Amino acid sequence: MTETRKAPGRGLKRLAILTALTLGTAYGLVFFWTPNEADQGFVQKIFYLHVPMAIVTLGGFILGGIFGFLQLRSGDRKWDLRSYVAIHLSLMLAVGTLITGSIWARASWGHWWVWDEPVLVSFLIVFLLYACYQPLRFSIEDPDKQARYASVFAVVAGAFVPLNFAAVRLAQAYTHPRVLGGAQNSMPGSMQLTFLLAIIGMTLLYITLWKFEITSKTTRMQLASIKRRLDSDATGSPA
Amino acid sequence: MFRNSIDLLRKDLLLEVRGRESVPAMVLLALSTLVVLHFALGQTSLDGELASGALWVTILFSATLGIGRLFVSESEDGGMDAVLLSPVDRTAILVAKVCALFTFLVAVQIVIVPAFALLLLGPHLAPALPKLAGILLLTDFAIATVGSLVGAIAVQSRIRDLLAPLLALPLLIPPLIAATHATAGILASGGPAGVPGRWPLIIALYALVFGLLGIALYDNVLDD
Repeated sequence: MTETRKAPGRGLKRLAILTALTLGTAYGLVFFWTPNEADQGFVQKIFYLHVPMAIVTLGGFILGGIFGFLQLRSGDRKWDLRSYVAIHLSLMLAVGTLITGSIWARASWGHWWVWDEPVLVSFLIVFLLYACYQPLRFSIEDPDKQARYASVFAVVAGAFVPLNFAAVRLAQAYTHPRVLGGAQNSMPGSMQLTFLLAIIGMTLLYITLWKFEITSKTTRMQLASIKRRLDSDATGSPA
Repeated sequence: MFRNSIDLLRKDLLLEVRGRESVPAMVLLALSTLVVLHFALGQTSLDGELASGALWVTILFSATLGIGRLFVSESEDGGMDAVLLSPVDRTAILVAKVCALFTFLVAVQIVIVPAFALLLLGPHLAPALPKLAGILLLTDFAIATVGSLVGAIAVQSRIRDLLAPLLALPLLIPPLIAATHATAGILASGGPAGVPGRWPLIIALYALVFGLLGIALYDNVLDD
């Protein structure tokens, strides 16, 4: 708490500029440099938005679980705040991922939803689980209890993410042998590079938003505590 | 610790026998679900994948009811304080709750599996029963490990009746996937087929992971 008290938003500006540059470059490359994919044509370019978003979302969920674990280990509520913000942001990105995934599925397979695409299905299940995080969190009033149970949820759900993906994939592999796993290797160099840049950009965006949200929340808490102290000074000591 | 778990389990079972709060409701919900499924599917007899799906949806719905009720005796009238004040290891409480939920699930299935066979199942139950019972018991164990963790989390919130099923259902999808695949072969119209070893293995691994998670987290879940 003390080190954030000095400068809560330190480095945020530089990070934001770097994010804008990386994402700008990545999507500039997507539109003007990468070739259209032979099979799907232009619509395949949503891949550079959808896949990085999905990867960052899942990474954020797991990060939330790790922060939750640290909260349980240390009992320090700052970890809970970090875990909360990580999961909150991932949930929003998850909505984006589901929507872009659906658009991509519609454009390339002709259906808005495809049940035999294990990644899509696993993602929906994970999303449904995490959608319960906020109802759980905000229906517990006591702040310490809230932090603890939200963290327990974050850890359980974080562990569930890889398990669920494995289970759904296994179920599909039984009926649908899949070859897409090796598809990344067949991408031409320009696609690979752009994709990599898009992932880095999306990760930076996530970090920036996360830092921004943490800064805003801690600043608001500091302001509230300063106000309280001012009030108690004004009423408590008339001299 | 073992002794404590048995005592706590006896307490839960005694409460259930005297109060009859969970199991009859679970059975009733399961029977209603079977009737609903009959009309919703418009079929008089099911086999294979459809039968397996119908059976597992029914079991899962009744399980969510049991999960929601699992910690009610602790949350009401300071029961949790009494349990926590007693010199009992937290893990013993977890073990007792897992066993209690497992017992409830088995008790419910003793009624609803024959009822399912009677009402909806096309092929005969008897030849399928040994394999089916194995899958049921294994999955019950997975449901119990997940459910006792979810129940303990949900009971702390103001909206526990809402949260318990919402949390439990997504978490139970992986064992459900394995269980339905395994059961589909068992309930096939041409008599029970063999069960590929991977399905029981997935269920067992899942139960193991959630059992370990429960042991690791229960200190935090119950600490009050």
